[in-house]
Amino acid sequence: MNTSSRKGPARVWFDQVSKRYGNKVTAVDNISLEFPAGSLVTLLGPSGCGKTTILRMIAGLEMASSGRIFIGEDDVTRLPATARDVSMVFQSYALFPHMTVLQNVSYGLQMSGFAKDVVAAKAHDVLKQLGLGVLSARFPNELSGGQQQRVAVARAIVLEPRVLLFDEPLSNLDAKLRRYVRQEIRDLQQSLGLTVVYVTHDQEEALAVSDIVVVMNNATIAQQGSPRELHDRPRTRFVADFIGEANVLPCEVASVRDAQATVQLGGLTLSTPHCEGMSAQRHLAVRPNTVRLLPPGSPNTLEGVVAKAIYVGEQMEYLVRTPLGELFVTSSDTEHPFAADTAVAVALREGDVVLLSD
Amino acid sequence: MSQHRLDNQAVGLALCALVSLALLPWYALEDGFWSLKWLLAGYPLAQESAPALFLWLKGEKLWLLPVAIIALATLLTALRRPSAAVLGRLLSALGVLGMAYLLGQGFLFGLKGWNVAWLNEWLGESEQRQFGMGYGALVAGLCFLFLLTRGLALRGLVGGDAFITGSLGLVIALTLLFIGLPVLQMLVLPFKAEDGAWSLAPFISRLTDPKIWRLSCLTTGSSCGVAWNTLALGITVGLLSTLLGLAFALVLTRTGVRFRGLFKSLSLLPIITPPFVIGLSIILLFGLSGNVTQFVAAQLGVEPTRWVYGFTGVLIAQLLSFTPIAFLVLIGVVEAISPSLEEAAQTLNANAWNTFRTVTWPLMRPGLANAFLLGFIESMADFGNPLVLGGNFNVLSTEIFFSVVGSQNDQSLAAVLAIVLLAFTIGAFYLQQRWLGRRSYTSVSGKGDGGMHPPLPRRIAIPALTITTLWALFTVVVYLMIVYGSFVQLWGRDNTLTLRHYVGAFAVRYGEFGLQWQGSAWNSFWTTLQIATLSAPLTAAIGLITAWLLSRQNFRGKQLFEFGTMLSFAIPGTVIGVSYIIAFNVPPIELTGTAAILVICFVFRNMPVGVRSGIASLSQIDKSLDEASLTLGAGSWTTFRRITLPLIRPAILSALVYSFVRSMTAISAVIFLVSAKHDLATSYIIGRVENNEYGVAVAYATVLIAVMLTAIGVFQWLVGSRRLGRRGMQQDSTMLAGSA
Repeated sequence: MNTSSRKGPARVWFDQVSKRYGNKVTAVDNISLEFPAGSLVTLLGPSGCGKTTILRMIAGLEMASSGRIFIGEDDVTRLPATARDVSMVFQSYALFPHMTVLQNVSYGLQMSGFAKDVVAAKAHDVLKQLGLGVLSARFPNELSGGQQQRVAVARAIVLEPRVLLFDEPLSNLDAKLRRYVRQEIRDLQQSLGLTVVYVTHDQEEALAVSDIVVVMNNATIAQQGSPRELHDRPRTRFVADFIGEANVLPCEVASVRDAQATVQLGGLTLSTPHCEGMSAQRHLAVRPNTVRLLPPGSPNTLEGVVAKAIYVGEQMEYLVRTPLGELFVTSSDTEHPFAADTAVAVALREGDVVLLSD
Repeated sequence: MSQHRLDNQAVGLALCALVSLALLPWYALEDGFWSLKWLLAGYPLAQESAPALFLWLKGEKLWLLPVAIIALATLLTALRRPSAAVLGRLLSALGVLGMAYLLGQGFLFGLKGWNVAWLNEWLGESEQRQFGMGYGALVAGLCFLFLLTRGLALRGLVGGDAFITGSLGLVIALTLLFIGLPVLQMLVLPFKAEDGAWSLAPFISRLTDPKIWRLSCLTTGSSCGVAWNTLALGITVGLLSTLLGLAFALVLTRTGVRFRGLFKSLSLLPIITPPFVIGLSIILLFGLSGNVTQFVAAQLGVEPTRWVYGFTGVLIAQLLSFTPIAFLVLIGVVEAISPSLEEAAQTLNANAWNTFRTVTWPLMRPGLANAFLLGFIESMADFGNPLVLGGNFNVLSTEIFFSVVGSQNDQSLAAVLAIVLLAFTIGAFYLQQRWLGRRSYTSVSGKGDGGMHPPLPRRIAIPALTITTLWALFTVVVYLMIVYGSFVQLWGRDNTLTLRHYVGAFAVRYGEFGLQWQGSAWNSFWTTLQIATLSAPLTAAIGLITAWLLSRQNFRGKQLFEFGTMLSFAIPGTVIGVSYIIAFNVPPIELTGTAAILVICFVFRNMPVGVRSGIASLSQIDKSLDEASLTLGAGSWTTFRRITLPLIRPAILSALVYSFVRSMTAISAVIFLVSAKHDLATSYIIGRVENNEYGVAVAYATVLIAVMLTAIGVFQWLVGSRRLGRRGMQQDSTMLAGSA
């Protein structure tokens, strides 16, 4: 990898960055965040949470109201988009409708002042790499949605940007294509070692492609970590709910020792990693697939009654009424399902419950 | 055969045709279309108001008998209850026959017997003569038209829906009658020599007249031919108005300039300004005794001159009038460019200037060409400004006017000039359609189009801001001049303030006979108001029905039909005016001097705008709403009335406003069509200008502008309150569209 400050994938660093529109709207509220070089970081959150604003601030399309933004070692807080060496794949692709595929891909190279033959060589290389060679003379409106998407990616990576940004790149594709394209983007990122920042509101997509997922809510970071961390150790009800399905149950913290908490849940006593939080009345999250249903009377279980039993092909989905409320449970055992209105015992394994901070 | 159902519509229409022959006055009446005096003046025996039946009983106009025979044949056919397919074929044949016979006899027998020379030789001079068609002929013609469309519906055309074929037939027939026929008659007129024979010679000699085509201004000081003048003016106005409009559009959308709303309302002003009023203001400023001319002459110690009259003056006035049109076109174009395209360019290392040069500008090009052609066509068609400011600089539209109205009274010359003008505008229109048809880049991107337009590069922002500021100030001065000019005694000579122009034009006195409208302008003012109020709903109705047919129905020849309605955009008002006096001065359709011809003229001049706003509005409403209604058992008429009309209410109102305002301000076509009895505000003002009574002219114009502002205010208030209602409806419509 080239070590000069202007070449190669670079990390991005947000130092206490805020973005306000007027006096009332705060889109991004005092965020500090690092996007490591060569990794794919996803900004995940409901619409209006500020994720796209962060992306546009990295690109230089919006200027931070306060704080500093670094790309590599350079402070780019006040640099315009043109001068940042960052490329972006837009949600609408933003292919220039009056230019052919080749002209679209060559555009950035020309604007960066490369010689004509270099422009042509690089553009052809990247088109070939993405399997777009035969389409190079077409206009954008003569391409399918998936092809347009790929041209947009080609146009962005041909500049070998220090950071590559994706703004909900799959939202205009159909479901099957989405699965395929997201893998393509991931493969490309890994083979080129690119720094990628990726915005989406689809949690499955985020988990599938990312090194790091940053979950955002209300202009702040709710939690960040690897996909597995976020899924298995959500810290707040929001994250537990937003990533995958979760049962959130009220519990009481009985004691804390060596970062392990002992909690009371109905009649059960469970030990779980502690999570900062003041009150003793707390909640914990349980994923539906970790709850096991046993014949009634088993030890260390909650009593319950199956309210609904639904066969969905690969698994059974149950709604179980317990003294703590209704529990959503999935089971891969479709051979011997529980019928509705049968009494069951609900077992929770210690490693599978997560104590939440709120 | 008789087991088939009786076709009530066919029977009714045939009966209606027979009744019109038996009961309605066949010929046009002197007192006008709406007067009912004839009922008490000897009807049905009096010669003027007799129905065809009574004329036959007196042994007159016997050539009208076949009309009755065709109608009777239709009735008998329908009563025999043939199968739908057979009845359809028979009805359409009889309908065509009836209309053809009606029109044919109308053209054969004129005021002076045979209209066609060879019939004179073949059958001898005829004693028979007839006047223009009246109620009877009109109703009979409509019955035959609807019999034809009923027949076509029975044969399964356009989904076999009688309402659709009927309205389609009506729109086509009216368009042919009031645009196609007069333009055609104008086109053939120059080929008719004085003795009535057909020949190319008179046309060619007139067409090649050096007055039209000479290029002497390039070599000597004398003036060029009118065709070159017109072209040069049109191209200059097109270019400059596009550039100015672009500057305004860019400044308003890409810089942080304030007063957006003010600019937009300024841009509306010229639309409600009678077309030559700006010319008047230019005279008040730059004419021989204009403020600026006097001031500069005094400063420099030279004699004031008439420098502004001619190309310069007309150019300035037309730029003031047409820049707002270019602006309105271009602001749409500039705003429609997807911001993410420009943002993409920025992330690809293009700076502000390169982004503008390589992305923004190319994307605007189709819009620019469109604005240019609009300015070009408007300049060609403009009549008021060249008349007021032209001086010795003649253009086609004024030349056409003077060849008809002046001492020459040479309709053939007017027709030739009109053909040249028409060729220019149609050529421009053709280029526009051909070249721009598929090059719109504005609707490329779909969702996810957030983002912001980048600021303008400095090398564009600074000149654009300077130019627009100066031009906006100039526009304001020009309009203030109009108001100020109406309050001074005698412009340039005696600048004391007075109300005498208003009093002279609009005095009202309460005397022994009640309220008396004493002012000299009241007559034309009321006529204008009446005609504008009458033509606005008609224009909206016919325009929206046409829009509905074009956007919702499929039929053979639809593209041709669409092209035809759009083509009438390109026909300058002057051409329509000339063709109307050529076509409707003599039977069978005798309309000159009536109020009807003014209404008809406005309806067909303004219809394309109704069509456009209707199409635009309809394209936003999901077709599945119509289809849902149809599958729920409503006919197409019920669907149109209950579903479509309520949804396009804003389009209806904008069509109403537009045609009302245009009817108040139009001059180029109606200047040929006004009469002493039916004078219009604009032609009255032109008359005052020709008598150098500028004070009265600008006073009247000020009143007109005030009236229209009030009208627009009322309409906008209506539209606004409707919109609130519509938002709810739109929600419904998206919900329905989503669930479909």
